[in-house]
Amino acid sequence: MQVPAHFEYQRATSVEHAIALLTRHGPETRVVAGGHSLIPMMKLRLAQPEMLIDINDLGELAGITVAPGVLRLGAMVRHADLLGSAQVGALLPVLHDAERVIADPVVRNRGTIGGSVCQADPSEDLAGAFCALRAVAVIRGADGDRAVPMREFFTGPYETVVGPAEVLVELRVPLWSAGSAYLKVDRRSGDWAVAAAAAAVATGPGGVVTEVGIGLTAVGRFLAEEAEDFLRGRAATEANLVEAGRVAAQHCRPTADQRGPVDYKRHLAGELTTRALRLAVERAA
Amino acid sequence: MGHGSMLRKEDARFLRGRGRFVDDIQLPGMLHAAVLRSPYAHARIVSVDTSAAESHPLVRAVITGEMLADRGLAWMPTLSHDVQAVLATDKVRYQGQEVAFVVAENRYAARDALALIDVEYEPLTPVVDAQQALAPDAPLVRDEIDGRTDNHIFDWEAGDAAATDAVFAAAAHVSACDLLYPRVHPAPLETCGIVASSDAVSGKLTVYATAQAPHAHRAMYASIAGIPEQKIQIIAPDIGGGFGNKVGMYPAYLCAVVASVITGAPVKWTEDRSENLMTTSFARDYHMRGEIAATADGTILGLRVRVLADHGAFNGTAQPSKFPAGFFHTFTGSYDIPAAHCRVTGVYTNKAPGGVAYACSFRITEASYLVERMVDVLAHDLGLDPAAVRMGNLLRPEQFPYVCATGWEYDSGDYARALELALEMAGYDELRREQVAQRQAYEETGRGTVMGVGISFFTEAVGAGPRKMMDVFGFGMADGADLRVHPSGSAVLAVSCMSQGQGHETTFAQLVAEELGISPDDVEVVQGDTDRTPFGLGTYGSRSTPVSGAATVVVARKVRERARIVAAAMLEVAPADLEWTKGRFDVRGVPGVGVTIGEIARAAHSDLELPEGVEGHLDASCVYNPPNLTFPFGAYICVVDVDPGTGQVKVRRFVAVDDCGVRINPMIVEGQIHGGLADGIGMALMELIAFDGDGNHLGASFMDYLLPTAVECPSWELGTTVTPSPHHPIGAKGVGESATVGSPAAVVNAVLDAIGVRHADMPLTPAQVWRAVQGRPMRTDLAVSDGW
Ligand SMILES: Cc1cc2nc3c(=O)[nH]c(=O)nc-3n(C[C@H](O)[C@H](O)[C@H](O)COP(=O)(O)OP(=O)(O)OC[C@H]3O[C@@H](n4cnc5c(N)ncnc54)[C@H](O)[C@@H]3O)c2cc1C
Repeated sequence: MQVPAHFEYQRATSVEHAIALLTRHGPETRVVAGGHSLIPMMKLRLAQPEMLIDINDLGELAGITVAPGVLRLGAMVRHADLLGSAQVGALLPVLHDAERVIADPVVRNRGTIGGSVCQADPSEDLAGAFCALRAVAVIRGADGDRAVPMREFFTGPYETVVGPAEVLVELRVPLWSAGSAYLKVDRRSGDWAVAAAAAAVATGPGGVVTEVGIGLTAVGRFLAEEAEDFLRGRAATEANLVEAGRVAAQHCRPTADQRGPVDYKRHLAGELTTRALRLAVERAA
Repeated sequence: MGHGSMLRKEDARFLRGRGRFVDDIQLPGMLHAAVLRSPYAHARIVSVDTSAAESHPLVRAVITGEMLADRGLAWMPTLSHDVQAVLATDKVRYQGQEVAFVVAENRYAARDALALIDVEYEPLTPVVDAQQALAPDAPLVRDEIDGRTDNHIFDWEAGDAAATDAVFAAAAHVSACDLLYPRVHPAPLETCGIVASSDAVSGKLTVYATAQAPHAHRAMYASIAGIPEQKIQIIAPDIGGGFGNKVGMYPAYLCAVVASVITGAPVKWTEDRSENLMTTSFARDYHMRGEIAATADGTILGLRVRVLADHGAFNGTAQPSKFPAGFFHTFTGSYDIPAAHCRVTGVYTNKAPGGVAYACSFRITEASYLVERMVDVLAHDLGLDPAAVRMGNLLRPEQFPYVCATGWEYDSGDYARALELALEMAGYDELRREQVAQRQAYEETGRGTVMGVGISFFTEAVGAGPRKMMDVFGFGMADGADLRVHPSGSAVLAVSCMSQGQGHETTFAQLVAEELGISPDDVEVVQGDTDRTPFGLGTYGSRSTPVSGAATVVVARKVRERARIVAAAMLEVAPADLEWTKGRFDVRGVPGVGVTIGEIARAAHSDLELPEGVEGHLDASCVYNPPNLTFPFGAYICVVDVDPGTGQVKVRRFVAVDDCGVRINPMIVEGQIHGGLADGIGMALMELIAFDGDGNHLGASFMDYLLPTAVECPSWELGTTVTPSPHHPIGAKGVGESATVGSPAAVVNAVLDAIGVRHADMPLTPAQVWRAVQGRPMRTDLAVSDGW
């Protein structure tokens, strides 16, 4: 058994309490949500926080609510909750597609969407999906809330804009898309992505794509704006979807690892972008 | 066989979470250990400073290589005529090698103290690529051996080279192919572990260990550590999977024993997952070049193989000691191949030692993969149907017993019947029609999947000895069984083999029950405790049923013959006048006059007057020396759907016809097959230990070393034929490894059939499949890069 180094532990009773504890105990303090990223890293001693602030009691962060034009997801919504919500599935199938291929039921029962995006693993599935959807993160600190678009949330591998004494409280997902989809290639069920693509589209008269969001996972960047720019305003023809995939592939920055060499990952970025767009367009119809 | 698919007796405790594994053992005052391991694959040790660790308040001892050297224990013998460092003294030779051993009052403190040990290393260039290990400028892995100038371990051959060359020279067709069976790991769910408890007063050493071969372990402790053998008791409690991982001795075991002697307290060491995957016995790592000679219509004439075997830094493979390449020379498989020859060259590299593990029947996995891949390559090259090529070359029933070109005597088989059944179950012709249609649809639309059908036919050779041919560490491969019958007629069977999940408590109870006509519930099976069981070499190589199972039947029959004498005394007739029907002796020709085994047992211990020289009990013991191996076989067919656009493979169906002779508990047999088939999917599609250029191990967690899950496994379709072994007392053959041996080739053949590629090495990950479709498959033993 791998065992973590010594750490202290406290349970937060409110978001404000969590922020106060984070402020008081300094930068070696970490929030623990589902613990499915943090605890394994602690057992491998890749992370050695001195203090954990447990936010699992904060019911205020666990809600899924649909407001006009926006889906609000509390940071403590578990993967399983998101997957279990029929409303989410109907509004944003991309989220259900993604959740179905994240880890396994055991991880999904505990892991949270807030923990997922705060972990900012370059292979994280929801990052690509939320970027495609143009979601907005609501982050709370001692001075109140601030809103940061998901497309600006990630500052590097395992790095986000969330400060050491801040807590992510909510993700707001605007409901602009008419169809969306997520496709992932992994080496085995429950494995992290070799590559994955999220697509969301809104279409107008004549099958013209009026707005499009594309997010990529595990290929060096979550964004594919060049491909979006290409497709926006064009008809959703097979040729245009293939070309959008080609553009996405051209601009991604994969690195070789045991999941695959660069040429393959680049190919996948394109292939999966095209396929996800196809499915999103189909669902929009 | 009586009681057939009865439920497993051991499951009552496993399903309730009441199993007792090594890590569950708690002894008073027990200390906990952790191992400091090398971060480098190859580095000279300049200094080891343990002072800070020693001053940790909860640390009770820090053991280094120097300290072991003072006791003559820095090196220990391996099972393959080599030595292995217990704790490194001169240099480290693979990443993860043991450097120091910390003992503390709890597991956390032991782990914390590792960070306090200061080791200065001078990094050396590692030998990573086995194919470069014999290059003249390759760094020397074993420079501590006097006179050594290269990394060559052995050359070994089997078969007639000249005759085979002649066949090849004259053959109408020759196909050649390079095949890698990559390094994989048995990865049992329970990792390895030990609790060593040395009693200074009695001089007794009690060891609780994850040991598939407890008696061999006792002998090794006695020989290495110089402890009198009668003072050593090895107890293997429940074992959570072994697959060969738990056959040998590991450095940390010896360290735990030394630590217990030094501290006077019991010491527990439980390996963590990364340690298990990085340092304890790996499997395979065979770089093979196969050549197959045939007539133009696909009649196989000869098979020639060159193997480069990567044995890691120490030659520590656990196999019968006269067979440096294990049973690889079964590589002619199930076919009538007149000429065959193989040459195997073993090399040292800067990787963990091991090599024979993961349910491989001493490298028959590699052999079977080789021949089954080569047959498909031949069919591919000649444009023939792989089922037809197999059917045309399989051994025929009248050829048994059959002596193959490399000298094995196959006991029995009806191969065509098994393959016919598999083809029929699969609906082979229909599958081929569907394949053509699907391929056409794919080519028209550029979308969807293509399907492939892969066949493999394997023959196993299991149940080692006989003892005159096979030994481990000098011990002949025979196994004992003791059977004691209590006055009530219930029985306790003690065997030298050790279950790691195979269901021995049930299967062996059924054997005794069948022979004595009692209920399996009335038979208790004792295993895994060297003070309570007879000597024998343990469970691996599918040998429990062929060897210990045979011992059990023989000993039960001995008991029956004793019972006959007692019954004769009870009934006042001559023993020869008694007739055995299940559970009782009756007087021949006198209906209703007889006694049951329970009554006989009671009488044996009563005041009944027994004939002169007959002792008052029914107990017996035996040691079974198998006359030959048993040769189970099977025909496997795998159907896959492949997405050429992504390289993803879905195993749609898997048909497995197994013939393991007479089945004792068919449910347990099927369970063994299910597990092995899943193993095969794992090896074919995802399991891999690769190394980067610095010798870093790239599969050191279950995030990196992928095991298949239920999602990857189809609903298995099993078929059965029964061809009894002529020399096993009940005609049974081993089955534990059959499916692991036979299935990888079926999966690989199916995937390559789907994409129409002649060959690509395992594992066929999406990346590898896509690369193969592009005509650029990768070498899988080295880190993925864009260099190839
Ligand atoms: C076996 C396994 C397989 C997996 N496979 C996948 C996969 O295929 N795809 C995928 O995308 N993910 C995968 N994951 C990751 C999984 O989705 C995440 O572990 C999990 O969802 C993270 O959420 P958590 O609540 O467990 O985070 P935690 O582990 O509790 O926290 C992760 C990090 O986020 C911080 N944090 C958490 N919540 C907040 C908050 N509200 N505000 C500020 N900081 C916060 C923590 O301090 C920590 O640094 C896998 C995990 C495992 C264990």
